[in-house]
Parts: sequence; structure tokens; C-alpha cells
Amino acid sequence: MRAVQLVRGRAVVIDRRDIDTDQIIPAAWLKRVERTGFGAGLFEAWRADPGFALNQPGAAGAKVLIGGANFGCGSSREHAVWALQDFGFEAVVAPSFADIFRGNSIGAGLVTAEADEEGVAGLIAAVAADPDAEVVVDVAGRTVSAAGFSTPFAIGDYARWRLLEGLDDIGVTLRHGDAIAAFERTRPSWLPVSGTSAHARF
Amino acid sequence: MTDSTSGGRLFDKVWQRHLVASPDGEPPLLYIDLHLVHEVTSPQAFEGLDLAGRTVRRPDLTVATMDHDVPTLNPLGPITDPLAAEQMARLSKNCETHGITLYPLGSAEQGVVHVIGPQLGLTQPGMTVVCGDSHTSTHGAFGALAFGIGTTEVEHVLATQTLRQSKPQAMAVTVDGELPAGVTAKDLVLGIIAEIGTGGGTGSVIEYRGEAVRGLDMEGRMTVCNMSIEAGARAGMIAPDEVTFAFLEGRPHSPQGAAWERALDDWRSLVTDPGAAFDREVRIDAASLRPVVTWGTNPAQSVSIDGVVPDPASFGTPAQQQAAQRALEYMGLAPGTAVRDIAIDTVFIGSCTNGRLADLRAAAGVLKGRKVSPGVRAIVVPGSARVKADAEAEGLDDVFRAAGFEWRSAGCSMCLGMNGDILAPRERSASTSNRNFEGRQGPGGRTHLVSPAMAAATAVTGRFAVPGDLERPRGGSPDARARANTEGGR
Repeated sequence: MRAVQLVRGRAVVIDRRDIDTDQIIPAAWLKRVERTGFGAGLFEAWRADPGFALNQPGAAGAKVLIGGANFGCGSSREHAVWALQDFGFEAVVAPSFADIFRGNSIGAGLVTAEADEEGVAGLIAAVAADPDAEVVVDVAGRTVSAAGFSTPFAIGDYARWRLLEGLDDIGVTLRHGDAIAAFERTRPSWLPVSGTSAHARF
Repeated sequence: MTDSTSGGRLFDKVWQRHLVASPDGEPPLLYIDLHLVHEVTSPQAFEGLDLAGRTVRRPDLTVATMDHDVPTLNPLGPITDPLAAEQMARLSKNCETHGITLYPLGSAEQGVVHVIGPQLGLTQPGMTVVCGDSHTSTHGAFGALAFGIGTTEVEHVLATQTLRQSKPQAMAVTVDGELPAGVTAKDLVLGIIAEIGTGGGTGSVIEYRGEAVRGLDMEGRMTVCNMSIEAGARAGMIAPDEVTFAFLEGRPHSPQGAAWERALDDWRSLVTDPGAAFDREVRIDAASLRPVVTWGTNPAQSVSIDGVVPDPASFGTPAQQQAAQRALEYMGLAPGTAVRDIAIDTVFIGSCTNGRLADLRAAAGVLKGRKVSPGVRAIVVPGSARVKADAEAEGLDDVFRAAGFEWRSAGCSMCLGMNGDILAPRERSASTSNRNFEGRQGPGGRTHLVSPAMAAATAVTGRFAVPGDLERPRGGSPDARARANTEGGR
């Protein structure tokens, strides 16, 4: 995973709460077996509306998406994160995120910046006043700013560290290989194991 | 508030026994007892594993099936969708390469991943269960800690059999009293979601408690836990009891003999101790619950069958008003319309929420001797091949077919519309699935979530209805009903 210290670029605002991952990337796109190529499907249904934010001239090349509360709710599909990244987004700012979406984002290197409602409203106002304003998401400093407005955002220490270092999570976990092996020796013997069921019909 | 060291809650007990390590500055490492895998969220995980030269640590704790984009018509014929065929081929190859048990299309145990785990006895109390699917919360009905994960985490579990998880908060939802007649587990969970909201459970594991929850059978408990994610919760759990043990006894992967007795002793300890405090508690009076239908585009937007489509102006905040307005526009509904006056085009019975044998029995019980309203498309998609076989052994397929339903093969089907089972734009469904998001069942489709019994009654009338509506003339008062009965007897 690539390290992310700072995201700088134009922002797109989708001022709705409960933006679910079915909207971010519809199910028809989930048949792909790659991690790439999802950008064309990003918000596919909403993009049929010419007035939709992603259809505006400034959206191409934008790096920051600003959304409403409970962003990324619904399906666990990580394809939603890949679609946002494939389109060019490197950070999402919202008042709250759904848990699975947030975990997927950090795992894939997309910054989820959780600012309070007031902070998000201030950012939206700043971007509305100057759509070309450069929005800066500072992962190390936990702030997001635009056109003179700045607001802090919350992100977990470990998530922040992973983003800053670009860490391979599996590599970090495998350092605990001995602890995993020791734990496995303590598991109750009745726990199920695949392929060895009591009935012959399998 | 309860601090993180407090034991005594079901969730803490299960969490604690799976802690592998709690390194400084890192989220705790949790051991995973069962990893369920399907064709859609796994190919990129296996690819990542292979590229890094890693192996699957515990193929024996990993079970795969095909469900999300399998055809439900002629499943043993050629797969006509080349992309779906490629995903299934990838899963077969990946399982073969890594020695993972796979129940492929055509297998007697194939089915929706959250239906087959419990059915095989793979899901047991006190376990940790993960799957690259948000409805993994279903397995919490057994007192397991079960949550959905993304593909990067799927790869992490494949490689390490562990997951990094910040400890969620513990939330209690207690439903006091008995459910009124005609109120199902689906109505119960939709009522809970309406109460706490789409993000009300975020960051939390919900333990469902109280008389109404204890009174549910395992299928009903699975329906409730299944939709925990629709309230934003990491997981839902219900403490195991005699109902749980009776369901598990004799299942293919359940412990046998002396091991069964040892397991039972252990499972009986998996309850929240009296007096244990939760980070948040919500109480609901079961008597206040009604059979409900969703009217909007998220599962919190529901209303009683006796109600009307709400007026956006009746909502508290401008944001809620705007959301309601937009939802009504998408759904093509006018405020004030009686729910029973809304006509539907399609009825879908199935999914990990309501595709189990008990769900099919409930629907068939309503449909026996009745016909689907002319012009309504009605399909039943059993949750698994075994549910289908068991239903056929009871003759349920004959009831559905005689009523005018299509009797399909197992899969996720129209719940998410990946396999071609979709709604046309503006087509309106009564669906026993879990999400009424815009376009969920096909671009432009309009989804209303209901219970299996209500789906069946709605199929008969062509408009939203509960089974009781079929017993009397529509809109008839009890007096009118009595007169009708008398007249009918002459």
C-alpha cells in the first residue's frame, strides 16, 4: 500500500446522508475480478443526472469527496473504495462513516476524514464559494482545510499510522505468528473443521 | 458507561476468548473460527495472497460456496453470463489450489452463504465468524460474534486466520413482552431499525434481548441479527439457549457424543450476567410493533400496514425532510397514500434474511388454495439447495406453483440483482430481502421490504396486505365481516 501523508486537490460535494455502497458502485460492477477499472461505474445511476456533482467540469481530477453522515453504509463491497480511488479520489470527508467502509478504506489507502457536522458544513461553504479551491487533507495533522477555512478531523491512531507508513497489514500481523500458533493450541476440540463433518453425505 | 475491562456481557465473553494479542498501539488481533467465502468478494484477495507468495493458514476453517451471481433458472446449464462464469471458475480454482472446501453450483449444500453455515452446523455459539459480506451478522443469532469484512480483510484472514479489530461498544436492544399476533421477526427488526436509525448501531455490537426475542425460533433470530448491519452495527448477537441447542443437535458439523456435552456446558455460560451494564441500552415494547412495509430508500423508512405514506414535512430536521422527499420521488409515491392502496408488480421471496425453510412455510401457509393476482410476477428463491429439497419434500413447491409463483434454485438472486434477476426501471416489488436502496434490485427499481407472510398476502391481492386481509372483504369492519360470513352461509 502506498503511503499517504497529504491529499491536495479540488473537492466534489455530495451533500446527502446515508450514501450507500450500492450507489457508490452498483452490483453489476462486482463481477470484475480485478481491483481496477471501477471508476466508470462510480455513482453510475446518479451520474445519469446531468446536474449531479460528478458531472460538473471541476469533478475530473478532484482528489477529495465531501459527503453526508453515515457515508458508505450497506454492503461490505470494497469495490466502492476501489471505484472512488479509480476515479481519482484520495480522501473522503464526512461527519460519520459506516464501520466496514472505513475499515476497507484504510486497508486500501483511501483517507476517511471524520469531521463534525459544523466542520463539514464549513468546508462545503468554502468549496461552494470557490469550486476551484484547493482542499488539503493533512493526515499527520488531522486537519482538513480549504480557502482559509480549517477543521480538525478524527481518525484512529493505528489507521493514521498505517496511512502514513503505507503498511502492509498482513506483514504486521505475521510478526505475531508465534502468538497465533500458541492460541491455536488452546482452541476447544469440538470446534468445527470443514471437510470432516459427521455425515457421510459430504 | 462500562469500561473495557468489564466482563459479564455476552459480547465481552466471546471477544475475550478470541484475543490472540493486544499489541501496544495496534488494534487487538482476534482469532477467526470460521471464514466463509463466496465468488464475488474473494478473487482479488486470493490474487493478493498469490502475488505475495502467501498461503491460506487454515483451509480447514474456511468454507466456500457460490451464491451472489449464480443463475436461479437452469443452474446446471451453461452459465450465460461470462463475467459470472469467470468468477465461479476463479473460486473453484482458488479453492482447489488452497485446499478449501467448496460447495459449488450443483452441490447439495450450495446456497446463500449465511443460510448454509447454520444449516451445516458450522455456526456455533461463542465462535467468531467472518465473511466478505455485510450480512454475516446473521450468524450472531447463535451467540457467535460475526461480522462482514472487505476484500483486503478477507486476504488478511486467509493469510493469518486473524483480524485486527478495534473493540466495538456493546449495545443492548431489549424487546419487552410478546409480539402481537401477525407481527414477525422481520417486522420486529424493521421496527428496531426505525427506532435507532440507519447509523444507530455504528461502532457497536447489538445484543438483542427480552421476551419477544427469546420467543423467536432460530430462523426468526437469524432474520433479526441479519439486519443488524442496516442499523450500522458491527454485529448482532442473541445469547444461545435451549432453542439454539435444539437447532444445532445432530447437524453435520455439530459436536457429537461427549463433545456435545462439553460444548453444551460451555455454551450455557454464554449469556450476559445479571446486572451487567451496556454502553447504550434501547428498550422497545413489543406491543407497539405492527406488520410493516418500507416506503423509502433505506430500511429505517418503514410504516405500519395500517398507515399511510408519510409527509416529508412531518420529519424533524431539514436534512430528514429532504431525504424523505427524495425517497418519495424515487419511489414514485405521494404522501398520504394508504399503504394498502399501493399496487406492486413483483413479489420476491428469498435471501439470507428470509430464504430459510420456516420463511417458505410461512409464505406457503398463506398461499395454499389461493392465486397470485393477475399481472403480478412472483418468484421464490430458496436460500439453499437443501432448503429447496426440504421444501419440496413437504410439497411447498406445489403450493407455490399452484398459486402462480416461479419456483427457482438457490442463490442471492433479486436481493441484489447481480445474476440477472432484476426489476425493470420503476417496477415495484414487495421483497423479503434486506435493502431498499435506490437501484438495489435493478436500476430504477422500487423495493419495499416486507415479511414472507406479507409478501405472500401481497402477491394475492396485488397491493400490500397482511394474511388477515385475505379472510375478509377489503376494508370491511368486523360487523361487515360477520354479515358477509352469515350471507355466505345462506
